[in-house]
Amino acid sequence: MKKIFALALALMMVLAAFAGCANDATEPTETPVGTEAPEGTEAPATTDNPDAAEPAEGETLIIGGIGPLTGDYATYGVSVKQGAEMAVKEINEAGGVNGITFQLLFEDDQTDAEMAVNAYNKLMDNGMQVSLGAVTSGACIAVSEVSKEDGILMLTPSGSQVECIQYDNGFRICFADPEQGVNAAKFIAENGLATKIAIIYDKSNDYSNGIKENFVTAAADLGLEIVSEQAFTNQSNTDFSVQLQAIAGSGAELIFLPIYAQEAAYILTQAQSAGMEQIFFGGDGLDGIIEKIGADNVSATEGVMFLTPFDPNADEQNIKFTSDYQAAYGATPDQFAADGYDAIYTIKAALEQSGAKPSDSDFNEKMIAAMTEITVDGTTGTMQWDASGAPSKAAAVVVLRDGAPTPYTAE
Amino acid sequence: MDSIKKKRKPLTSNLITLAIVCVLFAVVFILVETGNATRHMRSMLVPICINIILAVSLNLTVGFLGELTLGHAGFMSVGAYAGCLFSIAMEEILPMALRFPLAMLVGGLVAACFGVLIGIPVLRLHGDYLAIVTLAFGEIIRSIIINLEFTGGAAGLKGTPQDSTFVIAFVVVLITLVVIMNLVNSRHGRAITAIRDNRIAAEACGINVTYFRMLAFVIAAFFAGVAGVLYGHNLSILSASTFDYNKSIELLVIVVLGGMGSIRGSVISAIIITVLPEALRELDDFRMLIYALVLIVMMILNASPRFAALKGKLNYKALADAVRAKSASSKANKGGQTHE
Repeated sequence: MKKIFALALALMMVLAAFAGCANDATEPTETPVGTEAPEGTEAPATTDNPDAAEPAEGETLIIGGIGPLTGDYATYGVSVKQGAEMAVKEINEAGGVNGITFQLLFEDDQTDAEMAVNAYNKLMDNGMQVSLGAVTSGACIAVSEVSKEDGILMLTPSGSQVECIQYDNGFRICFADPEQGVNAAKFIAENGLATKIAIIYDKSNDYSNGIKENFVTAAADLGLEIVSEQAFTNQSNTDFSVQLQAIAGSGAELIFLPIYAQEAAYILTQAQSAGMEQIFFGGDGLDGIIEKIGADNVSATEGVMFLTPFDPNADEQNIKFTSDYQAAYGATPDQFAADGYDAIYTIKAALEQSGAKPSDSDFNEKMIAAMTEITVDGTTGTMQWDASGAPSKAAAVVVLRDGAPTPYTAE
Repeated sequence: MDSIKKKRKPLTSNLITLAIVCVLFAVVFILVETGNATRHMRSMLVPICINIILAVSLNLTVGFLGELTLGHAGFMSVGAYAGCLFSIAMEEILPMALRFPLAMLVGGLVAACFGVLIGIPVLRLHGDYLAIVTLAFGEIIRSIIINLEFTGGAAGLKGTPQDSTFVIAFVVVLITLVVIMNLVNSRHGRAITAIRDNRIAAEACGINVTYFRMLAFVIAAFFAGVAGVLYGHNLSILSASTFDYNKSIELLVIVVLGGMGSIRGSVISAIIITVLPEALRELDDFRMLIYALVLIVMMILNASPRFAALKGKLNYKALADAVRAKSASSKANKGGQTHE
C-alpha cells in the first residue's frame, strides 16, 4: 500500500514541479543549501533561478519570511512577500551591500502557529540568517520562541502583538496593538472629533481586541465617552445591520473601527445605505479599504479617517514605491507591503552599520547590536529602535477623499 | 475469559501495529540522534504524534462506535487549555518530570468531564443529527474560550513551558494505542461494535447501550484532551482559532483515509496527512492545490475494491507470516482485516 502511495505521490510532485517551472517566474527558488526534503522525492533546486542579479563572487544573505500565502489571511502574507521581494530585487540590482547580495525565501504558514514553526525550521535548513518572523501575531509569537534559541535577528514586518518581540533578538516594523489604541484615542481627543464614540470590533481577532481594549482605557482617561461597544466574530462578519442599528440609537458621533479592511468595507456600505452620518475612524487595518470596497462604492468611504504609518503619496520615496509596486504586481501596495519593503531595507541598514558578513561567527550578535544604532527612513516613516525591539515612529492620520488618502488637516 | 485461539488474530494484528510504530520510532530516533534529520523533519515529529493520538481516539467513536462526531477539536482545545493553565500555575512549584504528566492527566480529565457533559444531550441522537450537534458543541467551546479572560481570549494563551519532546509524545502514543486497542478487543469493545452494527439487537442482548456509547465517547474525549496538552506544550502560543471545525474535519479526514475501525490505518494516515503539506512546501503556490488533489486521489484509491483486495493480500501475507511462525494453520480469511 505504501509503495503505491509513494509512487502516486512522487508522480504528483514531479508533475507539479514541472508546472511550477513553467509558470512561476517571480519566485526565487530554494537554495540547494541544507539537506533534502523529508520525503526525499523532490530535487533540491531547479536551475532557472530568476534572481539574475546573483553574482559569482561575494556572499549571499539569506532572509527567510513566513506568512499566510493561502487561507483566510492570505492577502497579508502575499503583500508582505511582494513588498520584501521588491526590496530584495532593488538592493541586488544596485549591487548589494559590500558585495553581499540578498536572497529571500518565503514560506506559507496559513496563519497557523504550528505550520509557522515547521516553516521556520525548514528555512533554517535552507540556511536562513535573518528571519522576518511571521506576518501574523500568533504565528510570530511561536516563531519568536524558536528563533530565540538560534539567536538570529528576527524582524517582523507586521506582528503587532506585544509578545512578538519579547526576546532580545526580536524587532518589529509595525505599531504594537496597544500603541495604536492609545494613539487613536489621543488623536480623537486632541482634535475634538467627537466625545461620544461607538466601537465595532472583531471579538475573535487578537489585533482587533488589542487595539480596542487599549482604546477604551485611553478614552476613559481622555474624557471620551464610549456609548456603545458592538462585537462580531469571524463567523458573522458580513452583515452588520444589527450593530449599526444599535449604534444609530446610541447617539454616537464617531464610530471607531479597530478591524481589517474587508469587514470595514461591509460596514461602510451598510452604513451608507442606512444613511448614517457618523465619522468613521480606524486603525491601520483599514489600509486597502478602497480595493476591498470596489470602485462602485467609493462614495461610502468619503471622509473615513484612519491611523496609518503608510501614505502612498506622502513623499517621493513612497510615490516611487507605489508606482514600482503597481508595475510589478498590478495592485496598489497596502501597509503590509510597505512593512515588508521596509523590513528588507532595515536589514540592509543594519548590515551596513555592523559591517558584518554572513559568514562571520558573530554575525547574529553584530546584526542585533546594529539594530539599535540605525535610523531608517522607510516608506512607513522614519524609524529608530530601542532594545525592546519596538520602533519609534509617528502615526499619521489620513482622510479618504474621492477614494484617495489625503493627510488630515484640522478644519 | 475467552479461548486463546479466538484472541490470537486481533492480538497478532495489534502486535504488528505496535511493532510498526516502535520500528518507525527507532528509525526516526536514530536519525535524530545521529544528526541526520533536518530541523524541518524534527519539527514535524511531535505534531505527528499528536495527530496519531487524535486520530486513534477519534476512530474509537467514528470507527468502532459508528457515530460521526465533528467536535473532536473542541475536546482537544479544552484539554489543551486546562493542561496549559495547570502548567503555567505550577511552573515554579513542580519539576517538569512531575508537572508535565500531571498536566496531561488534568487536560485529559477535564476533556473527559466535558465529554460527559456534552455526551448526555448529544448521545440521545444518532447519525447526521449527532454529527451536527457535536459540530455545534465544538464551536460553542471555541466561542467560550475566546470570550473568557483567563484563557487569553482571542490573543491566545502565552507562557506555557515548552515541555513536549518527541520521546514523551511517543510514549503517550504507545499508551494511547495499547489502551484503545485493548479496549476494542475487550468485552467492552465488542459491546461497542455490537451497538454500531445493530443497536436494537445489541440492546436485546442486554447491552447497556447508553453506558457503552458514553464510555467510548468519554475515552475518546480524554485522549483528545491529552493530545491537546501535548500540542499546547509544543508551541509558545495557544490560540482558540486553531480549534475550529476545520481542525475536526481534518481529523475526520485522517480517520476516513486510514479506514474506519482500523487503528493501524489511522496511525499511517495521521503520519501522511501531517507530513504531506510540509513535504509539498517545495511547490510554493501550488502547494495547497496539490495537497487537495493528492487527498482526492488517495480517497478514491482507498475506496476502490481492487486496492482493498491488494491491501487484503498484503495484510494476509503479513498475518500469515506471523501465524506460520506459531505453526498455526492459515485460517485467516483474506480481506477481513480492515473492513470488519
